[in-house]
Amino acid sequence: MTGAPAPKFAAAARVALADTRARRELRAAAAVFGRRRAAVPEPPDWEALRAAGHAIRDAALLGLDAHLERLERAVTQAGGTVHWAADAAQARRVVTALSRAAGADRVVLDDSLPVRELALDAALSRAGITTAGPPARGADPGGEAEDGGGAARVAVAGVDFMVAETGTLVFVEAGDEPRASGGEAETLVAVAGIETVVPEWRDMEVLLQLLPRSLTGERMTALVTCLTGVVPGDGPREVHLVLVDNGRTRVLEDEIGRDALRCIRCRACHHVCPVYERTGGAPYGPVHTGPIGAILTPQLRGVESAAAASLPYASTLCGACADVCPVRIDIPEVLVHLRGEVVESRRARPVPPPELVLMRGLAWTMGEPRRYEAALRRGTRWARLAARGGRIRRLPGLLGAWTDARDLPAPPAEPFRAWWARRRR
Amino acid sequence: MSARDEVLRRVRSALGDERKPPPPVPRGYARRSAEPRADVVALFTERVAEGGAAVRHVGADELATAVAAALWGREVKRIAVPADVPYGWLAELDGVRALADSPPLDAAALAAVDGVVTGCAAAIAPTGTVVLDGGRAQGRRALVLAAARHLCVVHADQITATVPEAVARLDPVRPLTWITGPRGARGLEVLVVED
Amino acid sequence: MRVALFVSCFDDAMFPGTGRAAAAVLERLGHEVVYPPGQTCCGQMHWTTGYRQEAARLARAFTEVFTGADAVVAPSASCAAAVRADHPRIARAAGDPGLARAAEGLAVHEFTEFLVDVLGVADVGAVFPHRVTYQPVCRADRLLATGDRPLRLLRAVRGLDLVEMPGAGECCGFGGAFAMKNADVSVAMVADKVGHIRDTGAEFVCAADNGCLAHIGGALSRLRGGVRVLHLAEILAATRGQGVPA
Repeated sequence: MTGAPAPKFAAAARVALADTRARRELRAAAAVFGRRRAAVPEPPDWEALRAAGHAIRDAALLGLDAHLERLERAVTQAGGTVHWAADAAQARRVVTALSRAAGADRVVLDDSLPVRELALDAALSRAGITTAGPPARGADPGGEAEDGGGAARVAVAGVDFMVAETGTLVFVEAGDEPRASGGEAETLVAVAGIETVVPEWRDMEVLLQLLPRSLTGERMTALVTCLTGVVPGDGPREVHLVLVDNGRTRVLEDEIGRDALRCIRCRACHHVCPVYERTGGAPYGPVHTGPIGAILTPQLRGVESAAAASLPYASTLCGACADVCPVRIDIPEVLVHLRGEVVESRRARPVPPPELVLMRGLAWTMGEPRRYEAALRRGTRWARLAARGGRIRRLPGLLGAWTDARDLPAPPAEPFRAWWARRRR
Repeated sequence: MSARDEVLRRVRSALGDERKPPPPVPRGYARRSAEPRADVVALFTERVAEGGAAVRHVGADELATAVAAALWGREVKRIAVPADVPYGWLAELDGVRALADSPPLDAAALAAVDGVVTGCAAAIAPTGTVVLDGGRAQGRRALVLAAARHLCVVHADQITATVPEAVARLDPVRPLTWITGPRGARGLEVLVVED
Repeated sequence: MRVALFVSCFDDAMFPGTGRAAAAVLERLGHEVVYPPGQTCCGQMHWTTGYRQEAARLARAFTEVFTGADAVVAPSASCAAAVRADHPRIARAAGDPGLARAAEGLAVHEFTEFLVDVLGVADVGAVFPHRVTYQPVCRADRLLATGDRPLRLLRAVRGLDLVEMPGAGECCGFGGAFAMKNADVSVAMVADKVGHIRDTGAEFVCAADNGCLAHIGGALSRLRGGVRVLHLAEILAATRGQGVPA
């Protein structure tokens, strides 16, 4: 990939904040989610379901190698074929080769996260294969689609869950125009991040309650399809499952950060995030957005780039996301952990960043009462000189970002500790 | 090294040598329900209706009349049905042409029907969901999802009181389609048969 | 009870009235208040901004000063949360089990929590004849499970007309370093917050933390919003015959 480096979150957010139409739509979307969720009372066992969902996803991740091998056996036994891809380029090659082998010059792609993550649309186009979104349900399956192509031989669809025990692929379809994943294609290419596996079929009894309510606020999504291998006379004649790593094992290495892989892609954290509600998804980058994106992207891509390193700071740590997460990912604490990773990665730089110098200096000053008190006296004097009418209207340097839109009161001449000492005398 | 071996190697390396087994899954959520059957059936009816689908209760001996009335009420003229749909369901059809999906109807034939009539494998009361598994009277997925109207016959004893009960009852090796509300199946209409 | 007061560095310098008010309330309720003199900063800002080593240094200094106190009370919800929830994490990140033990051994309470849970009072004898609205402190309230304790205290204040703020549960946009690093989003958030505050018709907006209040108050002041911010402790300290703190 070429082009200018992606902007930091704050710079991209400035652009997004100015988009009045997008702001209105984001507000409306958050309100719709809130209304839908409020209309359906929380089930009495919701917290028990969250606890179970948390544990199921942890069990999946902590035994990921065994679950993937079991899944592979089950899918193969049911007549499917399993492919593996260590990175996006491998995944693109696999999907392109499968499409060609099926003799397809036209492939139907859904708009799922893995399809977008791998940029399959562009990859297939480069290979000379036309791509299209799935036809609306009930649209004339034999007739000509809008773009002039006939029914596609190959459908590429993102998987929501894979059951290791049975080899079952689960597609949860919630859109207002539900699609039947790969229902009408001869060949289904199912694309899945390796972390979407769950150990057992009965785990779906939990996840199929947690996901719908968190995804759309409803009790159940419009359509759920469970497909195990090839079923003679029903659905695709060939089923391929492409298991994609593409950075996930890197996330798995981090004992705190790996909690992000519990995610079941419901977007509930988006709907409640006060930052996302104002910026939308664009400032987070092309694939993973919202609070979960702010903890996933820096781990998938590393924190070397300024754009990825800015994401853990794109939050007030208010915790609305953690309260709503159906699998109880403690997003604020992972954010704090990743901020630590960002800072650590910058300590070794030959020229220390100004913020590091400032924060080190502050800690040195604050770490010892006498130094702190001397600085307090100096700071108070200085700040009172900068104030007019008891308010500070403009601060220099890094602090200027505060006073761009907010005053600061002038510090009183007598700090608390001075008052206390005087009172005791 | 193959991609498979590489991915598995990375997973093992990420998880480390001294892995602790994950804690057991606490399954303290509602798995079974002791609610009386009548209440479960009533809840299913309520939730299907809330979801915007028409739902009616019929006795087993009234089913054929109810199927005919439902199709007539929607002005459905041509329906497709799974090859093994019980003949009795369609016994009262008058002015409705029923095409059995045997041999499988081609795409053009499916496009020409304006409704399907099927049974189901299970139904879930608290969510108002019907689940089809391609078994008896249910047909293949393309048949179910193609038509503009879907009349689904649910026997009262197929209705479960919880999602876990349905998951336990369903066979995941069969192709499962969970349909909820009018966005799940266009023009969904449910007939609950009280046995 | 002998109470060790922890006044955050920010309050020490910028809002000394909050520490004075907290001490006044506790003394009025008959408790002895001490102010351990070596205290500086809990390290919250360093930790939440990612400066682990620096945070560990400050957490160690804090723990040394307060170890042995019967009860540590902080009229700053975010600092109380930092000490109680973050210090053990800081210790783990620093690989310092001694610090973890010491941190977990401290009995640290947020001011309103101390009044309601430990002292068992809701009515502290305050009089404050004004219309007031209340803003929760999101992260701290989550980590401390604060719940409605501040509201119970406010409801018992004589003369106080408590008005619920629409959208009170949504963050004001402060978030420590966020207010500077993402100043534009932070300001977009406080703009909406200011609107909700003004909708209540309140004269004062109160909270249990001066960080949020400096942010909200800074925007209200710049906009000449006509509503003042005031720490909850200062409302609880107000009595008949004593005017509104300056």
